Amino acid sequence: MQIFNALLLTIWVGITIFTSHILGQQAYDWLPTAAAAEAELVGHLFSFLVTLGTIVFLGVGGMIAYSILFYRTAASDRSDAPPIRGNSTLEIVWTVIPILLVIWIASYSYDIYQRMDTLGSLPLAHLHLLESPAYAEMGSQDSQPSDTQPSEQIEVLAKQWAWSFHYPSQNITSTELHLPVNQSVHLVLQSEDVLHGFFVPNFRIKQDIIPNQAIAFQFTPNRVGQYPLYDSQFSGTYFALMQATVYVDTPKQYAQWLAQAATQPPVPAVNSANSEHAQPPSLPVRSHWHTVSPAPPPLVNQ
Amino acid sequence: MTTIPAADAGGPLRPQPASWRRYFSFSTDHKVIGVQYLVTAFLFFLIGGLFAMIVRAELLTPQLDIVDRSLYNGLFTIHGTIMIFLWIFPANVGLANYLVPLMIGARETAFPVLNALAFWLIPVIGILLLLSFFLPSGTAQAGWWSYPPVSIQNPSGHLINGEFVWLLAMVISGISSIMGAVNLVTTIVQMRAPGMTFFRMPIYVWTTLSAQLLQLFCLPALTGAAIMLLFDLSLGTDFFTPSKQGDPIIYQHLFWFYSHPAVYVMALPAFGVFSEVLPAFARKPLFGYKNVAISSMLICVISTTVWVHHMFASATPNWMRIVFMATSMLVAVPTGIKVFAWVATIWRGKLHFQTPMLFALGGVSMFLFAGITGVMLAAVPFDIHVNNTYFVVGHFHYVVFNTITMAIYAGIYYWFPKITGRMYSEGWGKLHFWLTLIGANLNFFPMHALGLQGMVRRIASYDPQYTGLNVVASVGAFLLGMSTLPFIANMVSSWLQGRKAPDNPWNATGLEWTTSSPPPSENFAEIPIVTSEPYGYGEQNRLVIDPLST
Ligand SMILES: [Cu+2]
Repeated sequence: MQIFNALLLTIWVGITIFTSHILGQQAYDWLPTAAAAEAELVGHLFSFLVTLGTIVFLGVGGMIAYSILFYRTAASDRSDAPPIRGNSTLEIVWTVIPILLVIWIASYSYDIYQRMDTLGSLPLAHLHLLESPAYAEMGSQDSQPSDTQPSEQIEVLAKQWAWSFHYPSQNITSTELHLPVNQSVHLVLQSEDVLHGFFVPNFRIKQDIIPNQAIAFQFTPNRVGQYPLYDSQFSGTYFALMQATVYVDTPKQYAQWLAQAATQPPVPAVNSANSEHAQPPSLPVRSHWHTVSPAPPPLVNQ
Repeated sequence: MTTIPAADAGGPLRPQPASWRRYFSFSTDHKVIGVQYLVTAFLFFLIGGLFAMIVRAELLTPQLDIVDRSLYNGLFTIHGTIMIFLWIFPANVGLANYLVPLMIGARETAFPVLNALAFWLIPVIGILLLLSFFLPSGTAQAGWWSYPPVSIQNPSGHLINGEFVWLLAMVISGISSIMGAVNLVTTIVQMRAPGMTFFRMPIYVWTTLSAQLLQLFCLPALTGAAIMLLFDLSLGTDFFTPSKQGDPIIYQHLFWFYSHPAVYVMALPAFGVFSEVLPAFARKPLFGYKNVAISSMLICVISTTVWVHHMFASATPNWMRIVFMATSMLVAVPTGIKVFAWVATIWRGKLHFQTPMLFALGGVSMFLFAGITGVMLAAVPFDIHVNNTYFVVGHFHYVVFNTITMAIYAGIYYWFPKITGRMYSEGWGKLHFWLTLIGANLNFFPMHALGLQGMVRRIASYDPQYTGLNVVASVGAFLLGMSTLPFIANMVSSWLQGRKAPDNPWNATGLEWTTSSPPPSENFAEIPIVTSEPYGYGEQNRLVIDPLST
C-alpha cells in the first residue's frame, strides 16, 4: 500500500505539473487575438493565473478524488473513523501557503498593472462635457516619455446607443475608430446620458464612461486589423446594439483615412438602435413597454 | 347544538391548528417559520429559474427570436433579484430558523413575533416584483445592480413604474432581513443551553452568526442607497444624477459595500452545511474545528473591505484599485482554511455516499473552482479584461448555484428526516444530484470561455462567433430546469408517505439529533447540558448530553 501510494503521488504530481504547464501555455489562445501592447501583458498574467490555478485545483481536487475512491465504506460498516481533531503544524502550513501565494499573485498583478498604465499618471479629470480647451491641459500633465510620439487626443462620445469619435485637429467625426499602429493612443471618454463602457476585447482594456466626466485613457495598438468595440456597462434597452469597429491602420492608411474623411460633408450616421426602434422586429413575445428613445444619430463625416 | 367545547373558543385557549394548516398561519414557532421560508423560497427559485430558462432560450441564437429587448432586460433583472433576495437569502434563513435553536439547545428563538413578521414580508416582495411585469412601464430593467442614471430614466413617466416597485421591494427586503438577523444573532448570543460555550457551537451556528452579523453591519448601506435612488426617481432629488451634480459612483460604492458581503451572507451558511454534512458521512470530527470557526469571523471582517473589486473599471483611481486588489485576495486565506479543513476531514474517513454527502462533495469541489476564478478576478489587469463579461457571470454562478444551491440541497436532504419525520428516497436524490451537477457545469463552465473571448453580459443579441458555447450553456440551463422535477417528486411523496425516520438516521452528533423527528413543539423534553466539543465522531463520549434531571 505504501508503495502504491508513493507511486500514485508521483504520477499525480507529474500530471499536475504537466497539465498546469500545458494549460498555462494554451491560456493565451483562450483570449481573442492580441492587438495591443496591453493585451500581451494581460496574456502573461492570465497564463500565470491559469498555471497556478490548475496546480491548486488538481492538488486539492486530487485529494478529494483520492478520498472518494479509496475511503469509500460499505453501508453495513457503521463504525467511526479515527477521531483526528486537527494538527497544528498542518493548519499553520495551510494558512501560510495561501498567504504566500496571494502575495505572489498580487505583486505579479501589480507589476503588470504598472506596465499597462492605461490611466497614465493622470488623476481622473473632472471636466465639463465638451469643454475642449481642457483637453490640452490634460495632455500637458501627461508624463509619457517624450520619445514616443503621442498621437492626438481622440474624443470618444458615447450616447444611447451610438459611438462617435472626434478628431479635433482635423475636425472629423466618425462612427469608426481609426488608430495608428504602434503609437500610444490617447482617448478622452465622455458620455452624454448614462454610464457606458469602452471595451475592445482584442486590446484587453476596458473603462467605464461616466456622464459629466472626461476620462483620459491610453494604450498602444500594435497589430493592424479590424476589431469590435463593445459597450460594456449596461446602458438600457438597445445596449447590445451599441457596437463600433476599431481600425488599427498603418501610418499611411491612417493619414489617408483622415485626409479622405475630412473631404466628406457631415451626415447623420446609420444607427441600428434608431432603425430597430423605428421598425421593431416581429417577435413571438412583445412587451410594449415604454423605452427610452435612441438619441439622434451623430453627424459624421465617415 | 348550543354548547361549544371550551377548547374551540377563540383567544389563548385555541388549540394548535391541524398540522398542515399551521404552515399557512402567522405562526411564531421557529420550526414552522423555517419550513415556511424554505417552501416559499423554493417556489421563487422555480420562478427565477423559469426566467433564466427564457433568457437562455433567447440566447440560443445570436439574433432576437423570442422576447423583445425590454422584456429580456426585465427577465434577467428579476431573475437575479429573485434568486438572491427570494431564494438564497430566505432559504438560508429558513434553514437557520429551523436548526439554530435545535443546535444550541433552545426552545424557541429570541423574538418569535419579529421573526414571523420578517417571513411574511417575503411573499409581499415576491408578489410586488411579479406584478410589476404588468405595469405599463414594465418591470425594472436595469439589472439587479440598478446603477443610475440608466435605472431612473423612467421613460413611461408614470409615478408607479417597474423601477419604483423594485426599489420598494429592496427596501422591504432590507427591513425583513434586518429583522431576521436581529432575531438570529440574539438567539445565538443569548439562548444557548447550559454548557454550550461559543467554542462548542456547531460550525453551522458559527456561520449563521457571522452571516447575520454581516447583514446587520452592511445591509443599511444598500437600504439607504435604495431609498435615495427612490427619491431621485420619484421626488426629483439628485443624489446620483450626474446632470444635476449628483454622483452615480457613490451609488456603486454604497451598493457594493453591501452586495459584496452579501455573497458571504449567502456563502457562509453553505460553508456551515458542508461542515455538518462532511463529518457525519466521513465518520470523523471536523478537522481544525476552532480555526474553521475563527475563519468564519475573519471572512466576515475581511469581506467588508473588498467591495471596490466590482468597480475596477468604474473610473476608480489607481491607488484604490491596488488597495482593493490586495484586500480581495486576502479573503482567499480564511476560505482556504475552510477548504483544507473539509479535505482533511474526509481524508482517512469512512465515507458513505448518501445524497447529502454527494451534494456536499459536489459543492466543495465546485467551490474550489469558484475560489480560483475569484482570485483571478481580484487581479486588476485581468479583471479589467473580463469585468462585465460572461466570465464574471460564470464565476458568480459557480458560487451561487454550484456551491451555495448545492449546499442548500445538501442541507435539505440531510435534515429532511428531522424536519418531516420521514426518510426521502435515495434513488431519486442521487438522480437529482447527477442531473444538477451535469446541468450546472454545462450551463456555467462555457460562460468563462465566452467572457474571456469578450462576450459582454446583459446583451439580448450577440456576435455569431459566440453561438456554440451559448448553445451548450442553454442546454445546461434546460437540464437544470429538469433536475428540479425528481427533487420535487421526492420531497412531496416522501413527506406524504416516506418511511418513518428515526431520531438520528445518520448517527450524527449535534443536539438536533437528540430530540424526536420531527421535534416536539418546544424542541426538547428537557434542556440538554453540553459537556464537550461538537463533532465527537469516533470518540468514546459520543453522547455529549446529560439530560438535566429535575
Ligand atoms: Cu465581490
